[in-house]
Amino acid sequence: MSLAIRRRWFATTDHRTIGIAYLLLSLVAVAVGTVLSLLMRIHIVWPDLKLPFWGVVPPEGYLALVTMHGTLMVFFVLTTAPVNGFASLVLPVQIGAQRMAFPLLNAVSLWLTLVSFAVLLAAFFVPGGAPISGWTNYPPLSAIAAAGPGQATGMDLWLVSIGIFCFASVLAAINLLTTIISKRCAGMTLLRMPLTVWSWLVTAVLILFAFSILFAAVVLLLSDRHLATSFFVPPGEVIDGVLVAPHANGSPMLWLHLFWFFGHPEVYIAILPAMGLTSSLLANFTRRPVFGYRFMVGTTLAIGFFGLLVWGHHMFVSGMNPYAGTAFALTTMAIAVPSSGKVLGWLAMLLRGRDSRVHPLPTPMLFTLGFLSFFIAGGLTGPILAQPVLDAYLHNTYFVVAHFHLIMAMAGMFSLFAAVYYWFPLMTGRLMNEWLGKWHFWLSLIGAYATFFPMHFAGLAGQPRHYAQLTGSTSALSSLLPLQTGITHSALFLATAQLLFLVNLVWSTQRGRVAGLNPWQATTLEWAGTDVGCKVFRGPYEYRFHTNSADFVMQCAEEAEQE
Amino acid sequence: MPATFTRTPAEIDRKDTGIGGKPPVDRRPTGGGGGDDNWDNHPQGRRGPRELLTRYRLGLFFALAGDLMFFIALVSAFFVRQNAGHFDPRDNYVSDWHPLAVPPILWINTAILLLSSLTVEVARQHLFHEVDVMEEWLGLGRPAVRRALPWLAGTVALGTLFLAGQWIAWQQLASQGLFFGTNENSHFFYLITATHGIHLVLGIFALMTALCALFLLRRVEMRQIVVDCTAWYWHTMGIFWIFLFVLLTCFQ
Repeated sequence: MSLAIRRRWFATTDHRTIGIAYLLLSLVAVAVGTVLSLLMRIHIVWPDLKLPFWGVVPPEGYLALVTMHGTLMVFFVLTTAPVNGFASLVLPVQIGAQRMAFPLLNAVSLWLTLVSFAVLLAAFFVPGGAPISGWTNYPPLSAIAAAGPGQATGMDLWLVSIGIFCFASVLAAINLLTTIISKRCAGMTLLRMPLTVWSWLVTAVLILFAFSILFAAVVLLLSDRHLATSFFVPPGEVIDGVLVAPHANGSPMLWLHLFWFFGHPEVYIAILPAMGLTSSLLANFTRRPVFGYRFMVGTTLAIGFFGLLVWGHHMFVSGMNPYAGTAFALTTMAIAVPSSGKVLGWLAMLLRGRDSRVHPLPTPMLFTLGFLSFFIAGGLTGPILAQPVLDAYLHNTYFVVAHFHLIMAMAGMFSLFAAVYYWFPLMTGRLMNEWLGKWHFWLSLIGAYATFFPMHFAGLAGQPRHYAQLTGSTSALSSLLPLQTGITHSALFLATAQLLFLVNLVWSTQRGRVAGLNPWQATTLEWAGTDVGCKVFRGPYEYRFHTNSADFVMQCAEEAEQE
Repeated sequence: MPATFTRTPAEIDRKDTGIGGKPPVDRRPTGGGGGDDNWDNHPQGRRGPRELLTRYRLGLFFALAGDLMFFIALVSAFFVRQNAGHFDPRDNYVSDWHPLAVPPILWINTAILLLSSLTVEVARQHLFHEVDVMEEWLGLGRPAVRRALPWLAGTVALGTLFLAGQWIAWQQLASQGLFFGTNENSHFFYLITATHGIHLVLGIFALMTALCALFLLRRVEMRQIVVDCTAWYWHTMGIFWIFLFVLLTCFQ
């Protein structure tokens, strides 16, 4: 390996390279996570199938798959890519800065994230294998090594990995916040920032709060496991008929509170950047300004604020005080207000831009519409699950799996795809292939709905999550087998469709159409090229802003050209 | 990655010769000094006397906000755990929370930590004393460094003394038979003092780095930044300790 390449990748503090490295890490993580989910899907309908290198998957193996799939996807894909990856790549240029506020710190967080990823994957290869208590890792089972095969070393590795990840994320958030506040170029007032930057601002605040809390929870749980404390372990815990070494009166609920105080903002950490991107892209591809810029900023702030107050809706059936449940139901329904406001704003943009829109719709716009579709479809089940009474039935069923895979996983992924297709020229100087991109979009859309929509019905029929198989001694669920078989086929179809994306990535980095400076005719600064003394004179979305002005005016353009 | 994409020359204007520029005092030019007084023409980071300082402070304060959340999590765990008693069938309130009497030496430690906050503040003030700073910037010796040095060294000594005092407090508890794993309350006492202690160890490392930096860094501004950020970190740890101490003493 030549010195230049080593410098380029291993000793860099350049925000663009670091952003790309984050995205590559996420690509690896999403590939591993997808394979794990396919193994789960295959196991649930063909439990006796012998897998190469593994044989018949034992029940605890299935749980290990569940745990690692969730952890990889939530932390290393939906947190790493939209926040650290794209923010490193785009944010400094969007606010007219040459680099992040602390370039070295940015590199440090990247390397810590990589270490954390390696530690997590190492859990597969230690005796006992990966942890089996789900990505939420509720105690007491996560606090006691005897609770299962993966709960010894595997669980420790999980905790260490997440601890490192928390630290790296907090460092990255500090960097983002400082960059946004102190590195904006002349004229870039707060209300001239692109909505993506607003999203990253709120996201960074959430990361600062949420991941610090998770770090504390991880420290307490590690202490329970190795220092004989009992923060989370109740007395009289019996495993395999053996009383676990005496524990004082610990409270598993404490972990739930700490974990979900992190876990729910985490959802918004994953989805807020997607919202900002959606506003920007809808403006760009309908060639009209964002509908209600201040309103969009306000709803972003409101979602961030309420996002910190709703964690209890994950705990309705955990034995929490029912009055607290009611309060959390109220805040949860309150957060539906700004979210719906955003959706209505986007729909208004689509309506207003139906004549002026780019024709035919390019791939990033298609994926943005896909995001919108999933956000609505998944969002509609949110207020249902926010009712403690309904949640008592639906909690821990496939209904919840359907809900969060539509609103968080698919909406998040589609927005990530939109971002990759849209910002690909910033990474490589080339555009991605449109033909492959459109096939990728339509097949993914069909596959995703076919995979996750039927899960609602499985959940309504009462099928619990985390069950390794539907047949066996309890056969009540075996009537759902045909439904699940269909879901598995759809999942295989959906995963196969992603190969088109990989092909497109490889092909386009080599042969893609050369993009030029501003391929989307966008107004924000990342497309302005590399002029150093950048100055901003106007708001971020001036597409046909005045009746007789040009089609678009970049933020750094001094005078609007008259047509 | 293809080599087609030309990257911006990101690393060029980072080099700093250590001379020239504006003196790092908080005073904008009064005008009349020639055409070079438009701060916007300077590269980022040199626009105004305190731009870098402000940025580093901002980063530090965000970090400390995250840290505050960490301690808030510990403190809320403390209260949750304290109220985790229950009623038995005869309506007696059963709780295994044994209040812990903090060793009296903690009062002395607290006083020492407050004193160290004072010394580090004096050191910080010396580095911003305008006459001295101008002298350093003009290359006429290093009066600010000379004056700040003993105060920083004193802070290191007091900080170490505080940590030693905490260690003695642990020894005293241990001699009463209260170890980390003994009961609920001792978990929290040891955990809170230990995490705070780790923060202070980091703080002492930062102070020692600042001591070295006073000699090694050539730019007056960078010396100010190192000492300023270390001082704010140290103050915050002092404030955190007051809260934690009140918690451990009064809320048992």
